[in-house]
Amino acid sequence: MDLDSITVALRSFWTVWLALLFTGIVVYAMWPGNRGKFEDASRIPLKEDGQEF
Amino acid sequence: MTSATLTPGAALGSQRVSENVRYYEDAVRLFVIAAVFWGVVGFLAGVFIALQLAFPALNLGLEWTSFGRLRPVHTSAVIFAFGGNVLFATSLYSVQRTSRQFLFGGEGLAKFVFWNYNIFIVLAALSYVLGYTQGKEYAEPEWILDLYLTVIWVLYAIQFVGTVMTRKESHIYVANWFFMAFILTVAILHIGNNVNVPVSLTGMKSYPFVSGVQSAMVQWWYGHNAVGFFLTAGFLGIMYYFVPKRAERPVYSYRLSIVHFWTLIFLYIWAGPHHLHYTALPDWAQTLGMTFSVMLWMPSWGGMINGIMTLSGAWDKLRTDPVLRFLVTSVAFYGMSTFEGPLMSVKPVNALSHYTDWTVGHVHSGALGWVAFISFGAIYYLVPVLWKRSQLYSLRLVSYHFWTATIGIVLYITAMWVSGIMQGLMWRAYDNLGFLQYSFVETVAAMHPFYVIRAMGGVLFLAGALIMVYNLWRTAKGDVRIEKPYASAPHKAAVGAA
Ligand code: HEM
Ligand code: HEM
Repeated sequence: MDLDSITVALRSFWTVWLALLFTGIVVYAMWPGNRGKFEDASRIPLKEDGQEF
Repeated sequence: MTSATLTPGAALGSQRVSENVRYYEDAVRLFVIAAVFWGVVGFLAGVFIALQLAFPALNLGLEWTSFGRLRPVHTSAVIFAFGGNVLFATSLYSVQRTSRQFLFGGEGLAKFVFWNYNIFIVLAALSYVLGYTQGKEYAEPEWILDLYLTVIWVLYAIQFVGTVMTRKESHIYVANWFFMAFILTVAILHIGNNVNVPVSLTGMKSYPFVSGVQSAMVQWWYGHNAVGFFLTAGFLGIMYYFVPKRAERPVYSYRLSIVHFWTLIFLYIWAGPHHLHYTALPDWAQTLGMTFSVMLWMPSWGGMINGIMTLSGAWDKLRTDPVLRFLVTSVAFYGMSTFEGPLMSVKPVNALSHYTDWTVGHVHSGALGWVAFISFGAIYYLVPVLWKRSQLYSLRLVSYHFWTATIGIVLYITAMWVSGIMQGLMWRAYDNLGFLQYSFVETVAAMHPFYVIRAMGGVLFLAGALIMVYNLWRTAKGDVRIEKPYASAPHKAAVGAA
């Protein structure tokens, strides 16, 4: 099996790879350890707007 | 320098200073003015073509004012001129604040993008009226204008992404993800759908590089994702910044927003074939499009829940703040049109709805209820901030605008539902000998009253926008209307006692 046929074989499973990638993202978003980080992020727009002169 | 130190306000113009970050706002103001202007122009064009459908004499017997030429003027004016300027204004405003960084490329680049984008709009509209068109819906401008737009768009992309990349905030706020997806995807769509071969280098006419059913598929890959990334992802960026801002509370669930974003990205691209059901497109592609469209319902409602629930615990603000009411109602309309869309993408339903006014009704529940309403909310938020006024001229007028426009939308979409379903049913009615029961012209005649109702809805929507123009004008001048203020709940008792 040369490199070409391996890529072709892997590529034909693209839906599977995309689904795995997506699952990874969901796990990352829901990971309990990330909770604090995301709560901070959600407050970004509410921080000081910049004062006027 | 001395005078600048003495009167920094004057020297800095519209710039704001925070932690030594200056925010550029001159160009944002220009975009807001242009958005309001094009909004009125686009709604007026909509009312006019709606009246043309009801009263064909209004075509005036001239080629330049015929429905066929004015229709793309309407769609381009509302989507690209109004919607586009709203997206430029809100994205360039919020990216600076959520990145704690001034605009990459500075005010000069933003103004360059502003003038050239708006010149592009004028040229495009003129070219339609004069009869130049690629004949592709939402991609009508001919090749030379397409090239011009590509340059402008790339500059805008550099400015936005550059600001994000030089940010002082460690995290990229979710609104910026939506804006970046919108900018990148629109660039790819625009280029992909406009691979054309000009007939000559000195003429306007060109032909698409691909032909036949492939050409149709490319067009609706473009058309659907223009809806998904221009009219949806971009405006979701607005939702994720302006709803929390106006409600003064963080978004309901930041984690849901991440899932919302990536689900939309993974699903939207595949849904385009639902515009080509029962055509020469292979069946499997149609079924694929239908399946992904139905799945799209989930992230769409996830996003809607996220937007609306941001208000949980502060529902009384809906009563006391009409600007927030615009923003939240728009999200509700987003939920409604993203429920209707998946339904219409199911093949047997589409067999009834396709080619009928039902589609036009669906379009406008998204366009008027979601796109225009969230834009109004963002504009009402922005104008006092940008013109440095402590408040709007009148919140009561905002409320009048809200109700006038809402009644307009209800008239518009209910008329289109009835006329669309009636039209679809009349087309497929057979008599007992197996002949078609109605001739085409009979279906047109039956639709007349609904066309009149739709035009009336349009007039109300336009009237609401004119109320907004007046309100914004007085706000910019610094006036405050003497009116009964909206009392928040605890105050209300006191007012009542007095
Ligand atoms: C005063 C408000 C408006 C009125 C009266 C109006 C009226 C119309 C009419 C009469 C048509 C042609 C329908 C047909 O060919 O049968 C149309 C098409 C369209 N309008 Fe509007 N419109 C309004 C506002 C808007 C806004 C704000 C947007 C977008 C943000 C919008 C987006 C569109 C689109 C995308 C189409 C093409 C629909 C399709 O091909 O299915 N309109 N409009
Ligand atoms: C989950 C989301 C959505 C799905 C699955 C969906 C699905 C559909 C379907 C099936 C059609 C009819 C195609 C035909 O029969 O020709 C359609 C048309 C259309 N939709 Fe949606 N829709 C969704 C959301 C939206 C939103 C939020 C907007 C506006 C902001 C919108 C704007 C349009 C437009 C402009 C058309 C008309 C295209 C044309 O010119 O023919 N859609 N959509």
